Amino acid sequence: MTDTIANRAAKATPQKVARKIKGLSDRAIAWIFVAPTIFLLLAINIFPLIWTIQLSFTNYKANRLNREPEFIGLRNYERILTDSDIWLNMQATAHFLFWTIALQVLIGFTLAWLINKKFKGNDLWTTIIVLPMMLSPAVVGNFWKFLYQPQIGLFNYIIAFFTGKEPSSFEMLGSVQLAPWSIVIVDTWMWTPFVMLICLAGLRSIPDYIYEAAEVDRASKLRQFFTITIPMVLPFLMLAVLFRGIENFKMFDLVVQLTGGGPGSTTELTSINLKREAFEKWRTGYASAYAIILFVTVFGLASIYVKALNKVKER
Amino acid sequence: MKKMTSAAVGAALMTSVSVPTMAMAEDLTLCWAAWDPANALVELSKEFEAQSGHSMNFEFIPWPNFADRMLNELNSGGKLCDLLIGDSQWIGGGAENGHYVKLNDFFDAESISMDDFAPATVYAYSTWPKGTPNYYALPAMGDANGWFYRKDWFADPEIQAAFKEATGRDLGEPQSQKEMLEIAQFFQGREIDGKTVYGASIFTERGSEGITMGVTSALYPWGFKYENTPGSYDMEGAVNSPEAVEALEFYKEFYETATPPGYTNSYMGESLDAFKSGQVAMAMNWFAFFPGLYADPNTGGDKIDFFVNPPQNQAGSTLGGQGISVVAYSDKQDAALEYIKWFANPDVQAKWWELGGYSAHNSVLNDPGFKDSAPFAGDFLEAMGAVQDFWQEPAYAELLLAMQKRVHDYVVADQGTAQEALDKLIEDWTEVFEDEGKL
Repeated sequence: MTDTIANRAAKATPQKVARKIKGLSDRAIAWIFVAPTIFLLLAINIFPLIWTIQLSFTNYKANRLNREPEFIGLRNYERILTDSDIWLNMQATAHFLFWTIALQVLIGFTLAWLINKKFKGNDLWTTIIVLPMMLSPAVVGNFWKFLYQPQIGLFNYIIAFFTGKEPSSFEMLGSVQLAPWSIVIVDTWMWTPFVMLICLAGLRSIPDYIYEAAEVDRASKLRQFFTITIPMVLPFLMLAVLFRGIENFKMFDLVVQLTGGGPGSTTELTSINLKREAFEKWRTGYASAYAIILFVTVFGLASIYVKALNKVKER
Repeated sequence: MKKMTSAAVGAALMTSVSVPTMAMAEDLTLCWAAWDPANALVELSKEFEAQSGHSMNFEFIPWPNFADRMLNELNSGGKLCDLLIGDSQWIGGGAENGHYVKLNDFFDAESISMDDFAPATVYAYSTWPKGTPNYYALPAMGDANGWFYRKDWFADPEIQAAFKEATGRDLGEPQSQKEMLEIAQFFQGREIDGKTVYGASIFTERGSEGITMGVTSALYPWGFKYENTPGSYDMEGAVNSPEAVEALEFYKEFYETATPPGYTNSYMGESLDAFKSGQVAMAMNWFAFFPGLYADPNTGGDKIDFFVNPPQNQAGSTLGGQGISVVAYSDKQDAALEYIKWFANPDVQAKWWELGGYSAHNSVLNDPGFKDSAPFAGDFLEAMGAVQDFWQEPAYAELLLAMQKRVHDYVVADQGTAQEALDKLIEDWTEVFEDEGKL
């Protein structure tokens, strides 16, 4: 018998314990080890999910404990899917998701590409660039609120300096046209460094000899960029998009601090709307159906995306 | 009332207020919003501690989170609060969901009469169903939405002359909503002391209750009604009446033409900031803040004066204020009831007003010296005579959030018309009442 870790562990097992587990198959022992984890998973994830699904077919309200919930079939789902206001929330969320991801990928990759070049002060710049993502979203929301203030805000003054407009002539947070962009700008400012770090990891994983071989083949820099850099960084980029997509789909704190979902409902993302339904209006059954619809949407999109990511990795 | 000295009131309290000594001293927790009157209540409650042997702890929550935090506490059966000074609109939910202790038997046993309190406050803060003699709170803090303005600017001869030239009338406290808008528009963008100032700060907050409280301050003077017949939930023609549409259009015009830039999500704090920083000539806010505003060293004193929400088709002010309730989940209900008994005493109520709280007790309000006891006291009395409150139904949060959305969409986000906003509001409210089984 070779002196493997398993054998050493078996030898070290006290006789009393060894007698007790004698006769148990490896599979049974494996189950004993994983059972606590499975139990926790069931208790924390699966049970609430099943309960939420069940509640979504009722008119249950968590603030009316003295009222029996009634089974109302698909009524909650029907209401949600035919509510034009909810579709507007979905549109606002889609706008936010698309533009934050597009800008963060574009700027993040560019920054990573620049940082990857060897230059003096490289580490210092990396540290400075990643600072925003270390801040609390509540803090970021509050100070950008001041930056966007039309009368004293620095942002308005900078825009006014370049455009010649009066600083107080436009309201980033109060205008229906500008408010959706104001939250995109802040999220991009905060989370581009995250995308940059992932891209940087991708860029640094490309072996130098591939570029050297391309040089030998007299490939231009542009050609090297599109045929070596982009394909090899793509799995990392896609991972960054997945992380940011999931995070921004459930975006809440930053936007609540900045606009509270306003003006009107212009920046009321689905997560804000869901919170209002669940914990301000206390329409628990309705909110459960809403949550299930969002869960299925995110889960479905994420599954398709992960399959695509795996295909890219296999290439 | 305010002219009475603290020592005199203190002595009166010591001699006249008898709180039965309990066998066991308790640690009581009173929950309320974090604002000026709460500090006054801390001071006032020291007398109770000295007399009863109980100690008082306070949990004050900032206004934007007050409803969320407290309603979650009640809904979860939490024991944090023994006493709660909850918003008037919570009374329906508090009563129907069993969060508040019904106080009728206690009032009878202790000879506390609701006739001793201003009828409007008893109706709004204490009763459920509305207007019935079922009491779940003692009126604790009378309040309404009122206005304050820069008296020094209004008295400036140059500004007066310019106003006369622009409008053909004298500059003074507005006698109607439309006059108020005219004054605000006059000040909008005007240079005063080398600084650009604006007309008025009004409520536009989206998240909690702000814009609803602001808009109703225009709706009520126009004659707005929630139902055609009280208790019928028959809203068509009442909520979206021509007067209501006109009032909502008025509020939007006010917002667009007479408020400072950037005040798209402003409530109490922003209103106070705008006034104290010298940005606006007028501002709306709750009477509860007026003692603090009057005492402000920069914009208070001679520079400030107050007026009741101006009438239009009729007098009307948005009701604020709260009643004090005993939380049903408290293990210290006896001690909490002792506090209510002590608080209901006329001498304690007199001191409450003296310290900056708004008593709703008739002995305070009907005192001949009351009107002159503070520059805003007369306005407060006038406002309380014509107050109107939002729905106080158990589903009030749903009703409120629907209105927040519809009016913010129209007033601030400029979407649709006033008629559409109110029509949609009726749809939303109808759905809520259908879910509640009331329609």
